[in-house]
Amino acid sequence: MNILYFARIREHIGKSSEEVILPDQVTTVADVIEYLESLGNNYQNAFAEPDLLRAAVNDEYVPLDYNVSNADELALFPPMTGG
Amino acid sequence: MYISVQHEDFDISAEIDRLKNGRIDLGAIATFTGLVRDIHGEKNIKKMTLEHFPAMAEKELAKIGKKANDRWPLQGLTIIHRFGELYPGDQIVLVITTSHHREAAFNAAQFIMDWLKTDAPFWKKEETEAGTHWVDAKTDDDKKKDRWG
Repeated sequence: MNILYFARIREHIGKSSEEVILPDQVTTVADVIEYLESLGNNYQNAFAEPDLLRAAVNDEYVPLDYNVSNADELALFPPMTGG
Repeated sequence: MYISVQHEDFDISAEIDRLKNGRIDLGAIATFTGLVRDIHGEKNIKKMTLEHFPAMAEKELAKIGKKANDRWPLQGLTIIHRFGELYPGDQIVLVITTSHHREAAFNAAQFIMDWLKTDAPFWKKEETEAGTHWVDAKTDDDKKKDRWG
């Protein structure tokens, strides 16, 4: 799965995108986040506040319980502050 | 509907002309321009960097524009949002709505800005004397959007 990171989350993780092979038990966006947290402190710091986490799959906003697969592109970012 | 996500500055009167385009049926043009302020709380802002999600930004602005268009009888609509490094006094965002009457133009412009604050994929980072920090989203902005139902 291709994962994109933006803003504060991108800075914590230290990259703007990466390719990740999801383990079989991962089915939702929340599962992906839990899996990423197992990869290191930088991920744990990035996702430390679940309320401040938003997601999009294939360029559409989705809730964290949305189902994903390796073929999807996931984007993770904090609440937007445009305008 | 004219939507643009760009680093370059925009010219408000040129954008108004783009919508007027010789038409004489328009009774109202409402414009909103958002600017970079030099103060946030008690800190002086030296620079603001706007990060955006390129694949989604124009698409999301168009969705917000369509919601406004479905709700009010608009004759024309422009949304321009800048990204990249901006400085106090710089223009960030422009919304122009045209209609036969003022109420639709005013309300649609405000509706678009309220939605844009929470749903357009942009993130502001401010640089002050004390360092740089990401701007926090305001829960108040969600309420402003929600009041439109």
